[in-house]
Amino acid sequence: MTQLSLDAEALYAELRAGVARLMTPSTVIVGIWRGGAWLAERLNADLKVDRPVGIVSSTLHRDDFGERGLGASEGRTQLPFEIDGAHVLLVDDVLYTGRTIRAVLNELFDYGRPASVELAVLVDRGGRELPVAPVFAAAKLTLPSDRRLSLAREHDGRFTFAIGEAA
Amino acid sequence: MLARRNPQLNAHGELIHLLSIEGLPRAVLTQILDTAGTFLSVNDRDVKKVPLLRGKSVFNLFFENSTRTRTTFEIAAKRLSADVINLDIARSSTAKGESLLDTIANLSAMHADMFVVRHGESGAPYLIARHCAPHVHVVNAGDGRHAHPTQGLLDMYTIRHYKKSFQDLTVAIVGDIVHSRVARSDIHALTTLGVPEIRAVGPKTLVPGDLREMGVRVCHDMAEGVKGADVVIMLRLQNERMSGAMLPSAGEYFKSYGLTEEKLALARPDAIVMHPGPINRGVEIDSRVADGAHSVILPQVTFGIAVRMAVMSILAGNDA
Repeated sequence: MTQLSLDAEALYAELRAGVARLMTPSTVIVGIWRGGAWLAERLNADLKVDRPVGIVSSTLHRDDFGERGLGASEGRTQLPFEIDGAHVLLVDDVLYTGRTIRAVLNELFDYGRPASVELAVLVDRGGRELPVAPVFAAAKLTLPSDRRLSLAREHDGRFTFAIGEAA
Repeated sequence: MLARRNPQLNAHGELIHLLSIEGLPRAVLTQILDTAGTFLSVNDRDVKKVPLLRGKSVFNLFFENSTRTRTTFEIAAKRLSADVINLDIARSSTAKGESLLDTIANLSAMHADMFVVRHGESGAPYLIARHCAPHVHVVNAGDGRHAHPTQGLLDMYTIRHYKKSFQDLTVAIVGDIVHSRVARSDIHALTTLGVPEIRAVGPKTLVPGDLREMGVRVCHDMAEGVKGADVVIMLRLQNERMSGAMLPSAGEYFKSYGLTEEKLALARPDAIVMHPGPINRGVEIDSRVADGAHSVILPQVTFGIAVRMAVMSILAGNDA
């Protein structure tokens, strides 16, 4: 099995620098629930963005609904600004097949027509099944498909990675 | 038969039919309420529709009339992108003598994925759930005097919305408890969710003492029943009860058990007033209360759509 040690805090610092370069005066940061929402909240604070952060959930547009059904704690989309005409920077912890991003784009468009949408991620683990590409990834790595990688947040707010068996 | 597991749950304890609140664990009720919260936000979007039930057919089978319940089920299914077929069963096949199970077999042959059933006979949705194909889900939209689980759930959603938690609450249910499937579903839900005091309030003919076996406090005096309540749920007084000599007259009933501002003043200052509708103004509730600041009767209707979306999407995601 792959021995993997990823320093989430170091990668977060890189992501923060990358996102800082992507920000325009009108960019809104929207985190993908769950890990991406943690990142977005911290980025918005660290980069002193004066607009509120958005959270978007893929739940209602997922293509594996038939197999997975609805869980109890799936997160809820909260976009406290106009989506029409917005420059949206989507943030997520791990980019894998691209299916979450497809669902999240549909979710965003239920709220309006953004002027542009870009994607920045902490880790791009390859394995894409859809034509989705990030404009920034703090790390790129290849993981076997039987491993699951996700961000965790400690009580003090610091990030770590959780690596486990894929369901 | 006793060893048989709850027909509403699959082997993993997931909900596959919603037939009654009785016997459902608290976690399942909470999952439905939490999911309903997600769906309530669908109202805030430009596009008030999500694709979870795309390609599924939901059949509304109302063997008994109901405008509100059928309409809110229809809206809920459409917001989930399902195809909705409304059958006026009372005036079609059944009138021609077709049996319930034959009707169901025929509709299954039309590739139904979900039946929403309202029936005058208690237990009819159970019968359908037992005999339909494994991929088909059944939602009880009210059966006889037995249960009206989505009404019970939307009542719970409403209470949680305004009161934040079920702990320490006093809930008074007023009116024709004995004939009310809403009251029965509410009592089971409130008990499961941990409400410490549930009162059943009304005349002896409509609130018999043996209701105590359901864990409720029986009050035949309105003032005693409403005093200090956080939530007052009024039930519709059905006209047929009046003709059935269970009650003297509408006027007299209103005098004793109608909710007026004076009686409501005995409840807690932040009490909410609920009613499953349709309301009979001047029979069980005074207009000033129905339209007043404590009334949450119309929000109940809005929450009802979100709760029905939650139920249908949870069922559709679970296999038998």
